[in-house]
Amino acid sequence: MNFDTAFIFEAIPKLLKYLPMTLMLAVGSMLLACLMGIVLALIINNKIFILSPVAKVYISFFRSVPTLVTLFIFYVGIPQIFPDFTFIDAITATIVALSFKNAAYLAEEFRGALNAVDSGQMEACLSVGMTKWQGFRRVILPQAMRVAVPSLGNYLIMLVKESSLAFTVGVTDIFAQTKILASNSFRFLESYIAVALIYWAVTIVLTMLQGKLEKAMSKPYR
Amino acid sequence: MLKVSGLSKHFGDNEVLKQINLEVKRREVVAIIGPSGSGKSTLLRCLNLLETPDAGHIEIDGFEVDARRLKKSDAYALRQKSAMVFQHYNLFKNKTALQNVIEALIVTKKMNKPDAEVLGHKLLDQVGLASKASSYPAMLSGGQQQRVAIARALAVNPAVILLDEPTSALDPELVGEVLQVIRSIVDTDTTMLIVTHEMSFAREIADRVIFMADGSIIEEGDPQSLFGQPQQERTKKFLGTVFSKN
Repeated sequence: MNFDTAFIFEAIPKLLKYLPMTLMLAVGSMLLACLMGIVLALIINNKIFILSPVAKVYISFFRSVPTLVTLFIFYVGIPQIFPDFTFIDAITATIVALSFKNAAYLAEEFRGALNAVDSGQMEACLSVGMTKWQGFRRVILPQAMRVAVPSLGNYLIMLVKESSLAFTVGVTDIFAQTKILASNSFRFLESYIAVALIYWAVTIVLTMLQGKLEKAMSKPYR
Repeated sequence: MLKVSGLSKHFGDNEVLKQINLEVKRREVVAIIGPSGSGKSTLLRCLNLLETPDAGHIEIDGFEVDARRLKKSDAYALRQKSAMVFQHYNLFKNKTALQNVIEALIVTKKMNKPDAEVLGHKLLDQVGLASKASSYPAMLSGGQQQRVAIARALAVNPAVILLDEPTSALDPELVGEVLQVIRSIVDTDTTMLIVTHEMSFAREIADRVIFMADGSIIEEGDPQSLFGQPQQERTKKFLGTVFSKN
């Protein structure tokens, strides 16, 4: 049988060198997407004039377009109209595209999480003289984050896998390196099994971390 | 000290407050009673602008706002003058009892943390919860939560404390401990406006009782005369139903 188990174990350490790039893309996109998602959620929840319908159109658009198309719009498309925009490198383009897409989904998650916080909490903040922003930052957001963490964990895990799209614009992440390894060695099955095992392990670790975070964050509520 | 004139508020077609005029002197304890939907809670919530009145003037401790020309900064400035105790406590659920009490001191009064904590512990001691400083609201009983909420209100050293049915959400056996704490604050000469359904308590602590119905102040007076010889038919009817139940 043409299958070299040992090759998998030799491939894993070689591929792991590119794991930081994959994690950087995923975590970077996650942070930016969270920030954008919270802003979108606040705009819609507070029905802010003009911005609210704009946010809804944004969400509708980025939920509908395939991630790959979004990525190509940013990396290949935009420099066509703005030739000076060439400073957008492949890594930035990937992070921006993944953030824009995931922010659309996260906005809905944050909207739900913010609505889950009792309105009396903000009233209490105002009643002792805090501003809305102070109340939001110190009381509302921490409580909403606790509600959001389980789904945020899911989005991070999805982003780790989605970041493999970066190979299409020439970023050497863990998946791009696997492709190189596979075509150089002709050990396709072994190479892809090796990278699959790495993705699996990363997901297991992230799930564990998520569990710990959820436990720590729910401490005040038990 | 607190002066309200021409205060009006409606929700949709429902006129909740009709041209309310009210004055409270420094160190006075005023109880507001009346049937559900009479506008007493709305009146209290208008005083710290949790509800925005349609019209009227509110003056607390020398700071006056006109509801028709309300600026954001005025709303914040007016709220600095009061503190509120809510029916459902509304403690910050993500913060310990101590953090709840000192939050406003640190955020709005810019007090440094050690000083705030000293004051916080003192206030928790005052409401009998010195041992619960590091407990989160979820670990406290309703009565304990409401006592923390009272300490939180006292912390900002308000010109007036607004209490909105502070015992209505409590189990009957927990009402006593909260009333006891409120009684002890009355003794410290704090100005208070309290909306309550505890008639005997209102009679005991209040300098003045206001009876509200259908968005208007129907009658007011010292507890003895208002409970003893109510003048208005509406007041008699209300007190009649309340006391026949007991």
